[in-house]
Amino acid sequence: MVYYETFIGGGKHWSLTLGAGTCLRIVDRGGGANVGMLFYNPRNLLERYNAPDTLKCQHTFKLTKGHCLYSDMGRIFCSITEDTVGWHDTVCGNANRELVAARWGEKRYQEHRNDWTQNGHDAFLVEGGKYGLGRRDLAANVNWFSKVTVAEDGALVFDPENSGAGRFVDLRFEMNTLVLLHTCPHPLNPSAHYPCNPVALQLSKAAAVADDDFCRNSRPENVRGFVNTDLYRNCGGGGE
Amino acid sequence: MRNDSTLLPGEAMFRQVIPAGDYWIDIIKTGQYLRIVDVEGNQAADTLFFNAADVAERYSAVDTIRAQRNVYLGFGSKLLSTAGNVMAEVVADTVGRHDTLGGACASESNTVRYALDKRTMHACRDSYLLAVAQHDRLGLGKRDLSHNINFFMNVPVTIDGGLTFADGLSGPGHYVEMRAGMDIIVLISNCPQLNNPCNAYNPTPLEVLIWDSNVQ
Repeated sequence: MVYYETFIGGGKHWSLTLGAGTCLRIVDRGGGANVGMLFYNPRNLLERYNAPDTLKCQHTFKLTKGHCLYSDMGRIFCSITEDTVGWHDTVCGNANRELVAARWGEKRYQEHRNDWTQNGHDAFLVEGGKYGLGRRDLAANVNWFSKVTVAEDGALVFDPENSGAGRFVDLRFEMNTLVLLHTCPHPLNPSAHYPCNPVALQLSKAAAVADDDFCRNSRPENVRGFVNTDLYRNCGGGGE
Repeated sequence: MRNDSTLLPGEAMFRQVIPAGDYWIDIIKTGQYLRIVDVEGNQAADTLFFNAADVAERYSAVDTIRAQRNVYLGFGSKLLSTAGNVMAEVVADTVGRHDTLGGACASESNTVRYALDKRTMHACRDSYLLAVAQHDRLGLGKRDLSHNINFFMNVPVTIDGGLTFADGLSGPGHYVEMRAGMDIIVLISNCPQLNNPCNAYNPTPLEVLIWDSNVQ
């Protein structure tokens, strides 16, 4: 049962701390959304989402249902328990102010108020700063709803048709997690105009993780990732 | 594709062998050349760069691959910082492809990837942590150990989104050489990983050489 829902417009940012056992559903309301996201352990901010560890331990370049998002300490911040999109990027990072200005033109706050053209890099600096995080603490983020494939020669190809209205992804948090997020454009989005696409965030209580859980058992690596996470949580480190 | 260097080892101002499992940290000045040699072949050089004048500006894997629109590093790659500045440019490369997606191995990630009892095996991030602790005058710590380059490592990505650690394209004596675009702190872990083919299951020495900017 959804106990909280909020809508976030395109080009905005937010952060929140989610307890173990929370389910966060992110909904692409109109299609073409991008949600940049970073994860930290609120008890030890030096433990953070590690995209390379996440990708190599699951032998994947994309994120989708069954994948777990790992910290640099071999633990799982959250599992992707449902996904109607099929491909999410975690290697292309963010647009910054210069990139936004060069590709779409800069709309300043002075003239455009809250329709200004914010960028993912600065959005993370603002949200991270609320917890004492700064330039040194940024890492490769997830870009939910965005798909970038790799050609034979290594070239990156952005797919503008990846997500549509109503598509969603469910994240089940396996330990207490600080989540930083923005809805700023993906840095490879070739749109002629500054992409500004809204999302919905829905919170609910997740069912307990069963022994035959899909994410836990999707790979032998994830069985061990859950052992590490359970150890931490059971010793009072990361949840109830 | 090979792009050989014209620089002569005999004219280098600095040479040092890095044994497997050790780290090397030093400052390279703007315009100087750094060569990393895969002495015996198939040895991963896990490498990080920091702006020596502002260590919060550091190598950014995501900005580098996004700007060049290619996931592989090689001849001509500009290695960008988190602020979009060129920290170094690859000016010679006899291998053709290097990785910057795979990150550095850690004892914690080894427990996930291989087995829980791998917990105490030596790993790159242990070398990194020791390096920054023993050089704390540089102002670096764990939070600064971001996503690195794996020179000589081959991590192919497939069109359908798979990723594997493949046998290296490198071999004995192959090297990569870069010219510094700013004064940079270079931190290399000579990878001790024994559980996958990134070091051919047999970690071996690397050598670093530095030439001054006026060498050519």
